[in-house]
Amino acid sequence: MIKKFDKKDEESGSGSNPFQNLEKSAVLQEARIFNETPINPRRCLHILTKIIYLLNQGEHFGTTEATEAFFAMTRLFQSNDQTLRRMCYLTIKEMANISEDVIIVTSSLTKDMTGKEDVYRGPAIRALCRITDTTMLQAIERYMKQAIVDKVPSVSSSALVSSLHMVKMSYDVVKRWVNEAQEAASSDNIMVQYHALGLLYHLRKNDRLAVTKMLNKFTKSGLKSPFAYCMLIRIASKLLDETEGGHDSPLFDFIESCLRNKNEMVVYEAASAIVHMPNCTARELAPAVSVLQLFCSSPKAALRYAAVRTLNKVAMKHPSAVTACNLDLENLITDSNRSIATLAITTLLKTGSESSVDRLMKQISSFVSEISDEFKVVVVQAISALCQKYPRKHSVMMNFLSNMLRDDGGFEYKRAIVDCIISIIEENPESKETGLAHLCEFIEDCEHTVLATKILHLLGKEGPRTPQPSKYIRFIFNRVVLESEAVRAAAVSALAKFGAQNDDLLPSVLVLMQRCMMDSDDEVRDRATFYMNVLQQKQKALNAAYIFNGLSVSIPGLEKSLHQYTLEPTEKPFDMKTVPLATTPITEQKTEIAPVTTSKLPEKLAPSRQDIYQEQLASIPEFQGLGPLFKSSEPLQLTEAETEYVVRCIKHTFARHMVFQFDCTNTLNDQLLQKVVVQMEPSESYEVIHYVPAPNLPYSQPSSCYTLVRLPDDDPTAVSCTFSCTMKYLVRDCDPNTGEPDDDGYDDEYVLEDVEVTVSDHIQKVLKPNFGAAWEEVGDEFEKEETFALASVRTLDEAVGNIISFLGMQPCERSDKVPENKNSHVLVLAGVFRGGHDTLVRARLALADGVTMQVTVRSSEETVVDVILASVG
Amino acid sequence: MDSASLEPSLYTVKAVFILDNDGNRLMSKYYDPELYSSMKEQKNFEQNVFNKTHKADNEIAFLEGMTVVYKSSIDLFFYVVGSAQENELMLVSVLNCLFESLSQMLRKNVERRCLLDNMEGVFLVVDEIIDGGVILESDPQQVLQKVSYRADENPLSEQTVAQHITEKLALTSNVLQSAKDQIKWSILK
Repeated sequence: MIKKFDKKDEESGSGSNPFQNLEKSAVLQEARIFNETPINPRRCLHILTKIIYLLNQGEHFGTTEATEAFFAMTRLFQSNDQTLRRMCYLTIKEMANISEDVIIVTSSLTKDMTGKEDVYRGPAIRALCRITDTTMLQAIERYMKQAIVDKVPSVSSSALVSSLHMVKMSYDVVKRWVNEAQEAASSDNIMVQYHALGLLYHLRKNDRLAVTKMLNKFTKSGLKSPFAYCMLIRIASKLLDETEGGHDSPLFDFIESCLRNKNEMVVYEAASAIVHMPNCTARELAPAVSVLQLFCSSPKAALRYAAVRTLNKVAMKHPSAVTACNLDLENLITDSNRSIATLAITTLLKTGSESSVDRLMKQISSFVSEISDEFKVVVVQAISALCQKYPRKHSVMMNFLSNMLRDDGGFEYKRAIVDCIISIIEENPESKETGLAHLCEFIEDCEHTVLATKILHLLGKEGPRTPQPSKYIRFIFNRVVLESEAVRAAAVSALAKFGAQNDDLLPSVLVLMQRCMMDSDDEVRDRATFYMNVLQQKQKALNAAYIFNGLSVSIPGLEKSLHQYTLEPTEKPFDMKTVPLATTPITEQKTEIAPVTTSKLPEKLAPSRQDIYQEQLASIPEFQGLGPLFKSSEPLQLTEAETEYVVRCIKHTFARHMVFQFDCTNTLNDQLLQKVVVQMEPSESYEVIHYVPAPNLPYSQPSSCYTLVRLPDDDPTAVSCTFSCTMKYLVRDCDPNTGEPDDDGYDDEYVLEDVEVTVSDHIQKVLKPNFGAAWEEVGDEFEKEETFALASVRTLDEAVGNIISFLGMQPCERSDKVPENKNSHVLVLAGVFRGGHDTLVRARLALADGVTMQVTVRSSEETVVDVILASVG
Repeated sequence: MDSASLEPSLYTVKAVFILDNDGNRLMSKYYDPELYSSMKEQKNFEQNVFNKTHKADNEIAFLEGMTVVYKSSIDLFFYVVGSAQENELMLVSVLNCLFESLSQMLRKNVERRCLLDNMEGVFLVVDEIIDGGVILESDPQQVLQKVSYRADENPLSEQTVAQHITEKLALTSNVLQSAKDQIKWSILK
């Protein structure tokens, strides 16, 4: 056989692969010689190698053939050839999941593991643990314990690492080996030390006290293994993070002392741990940064890479801390490793001054085509950050980005660029036209539907308000002619916005719409017909409601309500006000909901936080019949962080009720709390109607209880109220180890901080992309205006922030950003008041000694206007 | 690129593989079952890594959200892959250990043919360095001692002898052929 195999080799020349033309069936055929006596170790070894090679190449072995080969292989244990035996172990491991009845080799492996040949023992343990399940593990437990503390390092390491692999499967058994692992940790061998530490941590990681003890022990005694040091640093920084320990803690001192270790690996690990700590001061960062700076000039590429990558991270939060390294980073720009060069440049972009930007940008463009997409995205992100820092540089950036946009690249890369351009447009009104022009050019040849629809949406929003809206029409209409359905539909919506806002363009838009009505796709036709009819009415209010400002309800909520509606036959038309409102996403450009009902955009709408609450609350029988959930507040901490019980409150507002959800956590491991309720005493005419207790609150398992409150019907202006809260419960002491509670308990209570309900709990944020149109739509029927002086506020920014957080309404038209060096500003806010009344607020602010504010409120309901003005006053 | 800090764990290596200079897999091991679980994904990843790395010997790269450290020798490429947050120097120490061990085992002939002729040794060395993603050993001397595998001591093994003979034969037939030709030509003249 071997000869034949060699001959084939020569034919194809010396550079060929002896395993190239292996046939699985032929190899399995050859494997029959395993059964010959005497065993020919050399030939058998070669066949085993072929089998492993085939498995490695991804060849599929059927269960029967694998089992057959496996059983034949077990005969080879009779041979004493060392390499052959070692290859048998490997075959066992490789076949553990494909062959049946692999446990038949257990006894052979156990023999090797306890035998005299040290060379066999370690690998035998590892192979044995691969094929052992939880039940079998008990049988070999005794041997494992012995092996862990064995004097031969390879045996001990193998046993420790195998135990670690088995923790996932049989935690309870492995847990019993803690003492042995502890003993192994004081071994002289550096690898045994490392593996023992890893296993110990894995077994104890849920017990913070034990981890602390372990850390204390090892940080004092000192370790030899650099790997073990890295592990210790990671454990220490995790513990610091969890306990929110101050930086005066001994753990921090330990990490800092590792900066002076003689092994680079440990020094880097320590520096990286310090850099990743939240709220590190510049002084604490300094030593870490200076070792990283040294690494920047290392001859090892990996070390330079590691250093500059970590410095890049520092630069995001503390650009000033990195400025000291600027010179070293400059040298890295020409590094032959492009990843290092890219990271160096992006770091410099974050730390450098405005004057160096042009030079750096030029340098990036010289090699941007050579780096991987991942790094291109990093570059784009750096540019995006830079634009916010130096708005005046936008023209340089815009040019650069448009060049990048033209290059080849994957979706993620293109999306990063588009997002970056969009954010520049939003930040800098001057760059709007160039930006839109670049994007228009991009969609002329864009294969990504998501990006095309996004840009069309943006064009629809921004285009009509530019000095020359007509020039965008061509780009948009080209899409209707050339692209897929989703893009065509988005283009139609964008066209409609131009028609609605620019009277002189309306006739041409109507002609184009007419053509779209002949489209082959029904969504496109529907949209065209719908817009056509709305536009022909030429009514501002209609345009505002149906073209500019889309639906503000949550899409999953709408789906559910519509489904409900079709299930119950009724004469009444469907009421949009019964649908829960969408919680506004934080950034404006993410509202990608198309104007007409359900959109066909290929993006999935993940259920928002509020939709999840809606589900949870609806499943509690007491809360059925409250109607749709109107608004859920952010969680409010009612206790200090480090107390016996941790309670936070979420306020859920319904049309006529409020539900207070209390998420309680019991941090005492010797107590089980039962029947937990939070009793609330209102200060106003709010009425508590029901308590839903949390039946059980065991140690460290959060549970929720609820309180239902009716809002006062007779006085709609009573929007604010303070509740004093007390948690009441039954305590049952229990054994901290087993969690077994005593039979009887006693009642106890715990005073919590007050919960306040303010006007913002009654208003849901709603984004009106076109505020002006919405303002006209609501009309001045219930308009009221008042002027206030905010004496305590010193800047416009502060005033704007206060008003937004107080009213809890959505700032529109980016009016939450106050331009620099201005003395006056107009803030416009939109929201929906409880009960579904659209509410708009316009606040004109002027900065004199304090801030003077003129507030104009419009709403579809008079009381709402009064409530808002009264609460501002 | 990455935000979460690292969960302390011994599972350092996500994958290790050796490719030839056409990017074909000679040996590869993936240790994280959630990462590239199918053969197709693995080969795609290897191809992508190879395309991005084989031109320049840069030692380290960041690809598909993974840190990849690598080394090449004649017509072989050695790769060790770890997560984006992993300590790069740990990965480098694994790579160096792998390379040194193989280099000593193959007596400095770190090239494709020699590697393939000693494939069982390669499998054993990798098995001694990494076990299920945990670094088992990082000292090449220790690795070799544990593997106790020697590349064929005798340069005139069965196979090389055969090769030798055929080469000789080919040579003789060539000589014969040219002699014949010369005679033929001399007669014609």
